Amino acid sequence: MFVSVDFWSQLFNFEDYGELLALVRNSIIAGAVLGIVGGMIGTFVMSRDMAFAVHGISELSFAGAAAALLLGINVVAGSIGGSLIAALLIGVLGARARERNSIIGVLMPFGLGLGILFLSLYKGRSANKFGLLTGQIVSVDSPQLTLLIGIAVFVIVGLLIMWRPLTFASVDPEVARARGLPVTAISLTFMVLLGLATAISIQIVGALLVLALLVTPAAAAMRVTSSPLLTPLLSVVFAVVSVVGGILLSLGGGLPISPFVTTISFAIYLSCRVIGWRREVGGARSAVAESPVAA
Amino acid sequence: MADIASPVLSIRDATLQFGDRTLWRNLNLDVQPGEFLAVLGPNGSGKTSLIKTVLGQQQLTSGTVSLLGNPVKSGSRSIGYIPQQKLIEPGTPLRARDLIALGVNGHKWGLPLGSRALRSTVDTLLEAVGATQYGDAPVATLSGGEQQRLRVGQSIAGHPKLLLCDEPLISLDLHNQRVVSDLINEQRHALGTAVIFVTHDVNPILGMVDRVLYLAGGKFRVGTPDDVLQSPVLSYMYDTPVEVIRSRGRVAVLGAPEGYGVHDHLEHHVDDRRAHR
Repeated sequence: MFVSVDFWSQLFNFEDYGELLALVRNSIIAGAVLGIVGGMIGTFVMSRDMAFAVHGISELSFAGAAAALLLGINVVAGSIGGSLIAALLIGVLGARARERNSIIGVLMPFGLGLGILFLSLYKGRSANKFGLLTGQIVSVDSPQLTLLIGIAVFVIVGLLIMWRPLTFASVDPEVARARGLPVTAISLTFMVLLGLATAISIQIVGALLVLALLVTPAAAAMRVTSSPLLTPLLSVVFAVVSVVGGILLSLGGGLPISPFVTTISFAIYLSCRVIGWRREVGGARSAVAESPVAA
Repeated sequence: MADIASPVLSIRDATLQFGDRTLWRNLNLDVQPGEFLAVLGPNGSGKTSLIKTVLGQQQLTSGTVSLLGNPVKSGSRSIGYIPQQKLIEPGTPLRARDLIALGVNGHKWGLPLGSRALRSTVDTLLEAVGATQYGDAPVATLSGGEQQRLRVGQSIAGHPKLLLCDEPLISLDLHNQRVVSDLINEQRHALGTAVIFVTHDVNPILGMVDRVLYLAGGKFRVGTPDDVLQSPVLSYMYDTPVEVIRSRGRVAVLGAPEGYGVHDHLEHHVDDRRAHR
């Protein structure tokens, strides 16, 4: 019994919560902005079938961050460097889905291996090491926060500008190309934005759990709507709720935020699946009712 | 000078070779506004390559292609394109009306915020292709025939001068083949759009075709269906005795060499089964 009480009080401890909240105000703002980025870009990650690519990019981003940690330079910058290299490699070499997956499969373990090498050479605080893989927004200092938010705003603005052609090029590339859209340039630009989004998400949820921010919210939204406007909106709401909710809940126990973020986002996904499933079953029933003597 | 309308598409001395294999040599072709041209021929005869050439995605070995008097570039706003049927991925966040809207403004920067004008344009297009009923349904939940109707709507949304259709009937059942080809024909009359229609089976569109471009064995023939779909003509092209049989308004080509494709509608049923599996 005592063990389990300890366990829960370690997970959720809300003494001095007000003071804690003041300390992490910046983190919450950053978390919300990253949620917006993740929710928005996730819609395209899903419709371009690039969940695996996100994972691949995040591992190289991890390697970049680990290298930066070892060299004593800005971790976010290192992370962005790794991300961009991976994103462009995948974008240039992997135009077709099958090629892309094999390139990612090759890049990913290499990135992870490099990252582990750099981390084992690093003699500093071990919390920093673990943070890269599993995320720890509180460890990000305020100049880095500013950098994160600046990049997030850049990605958001980029996506807003190219939203419609990017949608066209993502869901219907052949027709988009026939209509004179620069599909290749659009795809590469998207990869750059995706690389940036991945790099900044890693600072919050860590390299291993980036998918919870860039894929799960959009996947959840797509279970309940097909509207091209409602999908990204819901996805953003889900992502922001996951990140901010995760930060708020993790404060009490002093644990990493990522398990909270991933659990909230997974719970939202499950709920959306149930809603989508019930709707499908209901829809099928009413369709049967409309045409009872189809045979 | 302007006795006859200037051609929408003009192909001059066009030769396309892949390595030492010649798909077509010294092809000359003018497509007039409102004309319905069927491109026929066996697999690998360069039908799709011709479409790609017009779209600026395939360089000619020699010769020129001009669209509305200008050399072709990579894609064009003046072209409507109906690709080989590929079903939209499940989960794609698009409704039927959104797929059509991409044909109206998918090339413009910015957010897909619909205006009233866009909505009414899309409604008109949905009605034109008989898709009003499922206008708000997610595209991925629609059948192949329904998606292909939307493709027609999408392709005419930008008032194209030229409609390129690459096997748009493949994997559709006979009813939907008729519906989709009728729609394409209606729209070319309504808009005066020229149509280039690539197909391996001319029968569903035989009644609408003005001219046929037949590609086979590195050679080509252009003319009315009656002129081209003749035993001597095709025998010459295939370099082997080929028999063209016409019966009850249908055409069947018998004896075309293996690997040159089969022109019987049986092939459709094979495709059908493959697509539904």
